[in-house]
Amino acid sequence: MVIKGKVHKLGDDINTDDIIAAKYLVSTDAKELGRYCLESIKPDFVSTVNPGDIIVAGRNFGCGSSREHAPLAIKGSGISAVIAGSFAAIFFRNAINIGLPFLESEDADKITNGDILEIDLSSGIIKNLTQAKTYKTQAFPEFLQDIVKQGGLMNWMKRRKERVK
Amino acid sequence: MPYTIAEKILLAHTDKKEIRPGQFIEVKLDLALGNDITAPIAIEEFRKSGFKKVFDKKRIVLVPDHFAPAKDQRSANQCRILADFAKEQGIKNYFEVGRMGIEHALLPEQKLVLPGDMVIGADSHTCTYGALGCYATGVGSTDLARAFIDGKCWLKVPTTVKFIYKGKLNKWVGGKDLILFTIGDIGVDGALYKVMEFSGPVIRGLCMDDRLAMSNMAIEAGGRAGIIEPDAVTLEYIRPAPRKYKIYNSDKDAVYEKIYEYDLSKLEPQVACPHLPSNVKPVSALKKVGIGQVVIGSCTNGRISDLRIAARILKGKKIKPGLRLIVFPATQKIYLQAVKEGLAEIFVKAGGIFSTPTCGPCLGGHMGILTEGEVCLATTNRNFIGRMGSPGSFVYLANPAVAAASAITGKITHPAAL
Repeated sequence: MVIKGKVHKLGDDINTDDIIAAKYLVSTDAKELGRYCLESIKPDFVSTVNPGDIIVAGRNFGCGSSREHAPLAIKGSGISAVIAGSFAAIFFRNAINIGLPFLESEDADKITNGDILEIDLSSGIIKNLTQAKTYKTQAFPEFLQDIVKQGGLMNWMKRRKERVK
Repeated sequence: MPYTIAEKILLAHTDKKEIRPGQFIEVKLDLALGNDITAPIAIEEFRKSGFKKVFDKKRIVLVPDHFAPAKDQRSANQCRILADFAKEQGIKNYFEVGRMGIEHALLPEQKLVLPGDMVIGADSHTCTYGALGCYATGVGSTDLARAFIDGKCWLKVPTTVKFIYKGKLNKWVGGKDLILFTIGDIGVDGALYKVMEFSGPVIRGLCMDDRLAMSNMAIEAGGRAGIIEPDAVTLEYIRPAPRKYKIYNSDKDAVYEKIYEYDLSKLEPQVACPHLPSNVKPVSALKKVGIGQVVIGSCTNGRISDLRIAARILKGKKIKPGLRLIVFPATQKIYLQAVKEGLAEIFVKAGGIFSTPTCGPCLGGHMGILTEGEVCLATTNRNFIGRMGSPGSFVYLANPAVAAASAITGKITHPAAL
């Protein structure tokens, strides 16, 4: 799968309270949650996102609360993928489980706001079309790739149930 | 092969002969937990997946604690989803308001988690139970939905980082200070993907409430778990145990990714300043910070010993006029105990309020939201931008003694300075 979009650059330690404030956790609807994505720290964020855009952040993205509303809000805002230097563990598994595309890249700090990226998720290659650079990332281990390929954990479970039958 | 306590618990819950860090495994769960924010998504996913019955109704716990007692109609709806699902599936461990407490104080208190258990919770502070010598870790709603189906969870075996605490603790220094100090030292991603194992003579001298406060905040350093090997304090706490449990200890030659050793003899109460739990300073470095609200409670510091410490300082005193003091015991049992011991009266006579158990103020849900420019000192666990309300408000984190002393003076205060 290839994703192409404009970069929205964020810093280190973007936590899930930043991504979606607790007052909005009375909904489980990605579209509704998406309207308030990153509101506390970037009030104009949602209005500048075009469908397909990409978040690029620093270290420890998605730290804090386990709220799955965070990756849902990112999806709902129109963002197609997240690249970060590192991901907090619960956000990492939530993104795998719900099928939010993401890549861990040590080159994240070289990417700047507004750059246009082309990401090949299967090979893990990020092309920075603006800077004419290519960054390689480590592909997911086989176990995780399998969940991603099935479209998330619940589909993976359904397939397993069918296989058992 | 030598193992850490964390690795031993994980291994015991797989069908494997051995495990190693980095390996992907599936573990059998002893317990899976959800709350009124995370469980509605899990229940929706479970229903959509076409599965009809949960794997084991005795191994699922549902606690409406975050926005409960329901703060508005939509929250009431989320709580109702839990109640209906519990009824439909025959889940007895659903805790309606009246039995409800803050989940991470409630589960150990009700002995639903025991040493050696493998526990997941759709709440990041599930790591709290590591204080009892079990492997407990926070996950998301979809993980909980999957656990409903087959009682399993996938995970990558983490490496373990060991913390050895030595020395003699000063008065007014407790578990909260140890964990704040540690997070301040290693950073909010200092234990990313790793298990934190807390050990050493200082840990052995901590009461269970202080240990739970420490393990509770392992996630604030990115830790997957915060484990303490069981000892006499643990056994006393779980007595009489309602079911079988298993004590695991780390092997002497277990492999740690890193070992930190601290001498805490000179440690004073610690305060995490806005807007990260790692932005930690000793309390005496913060003499001029004025505050308008003090919150004592939460899954970190809402237990009876926390309330006793705060009451000892507030007894016969008045809080600073114009300041708001909100005390919220973590469970009904703690609430009643605090009433019996006269602690509730001390808080009210000092000018504070004594609330029903809820996560409310800690996560900016209800019962003490901050507006623009307001400054709060809380015994809670997070001080991110906007955590307790307005993105323009400020949250400092400290232990209950500092919180009580600061409520009296209206500025961040060392309890010894009163």
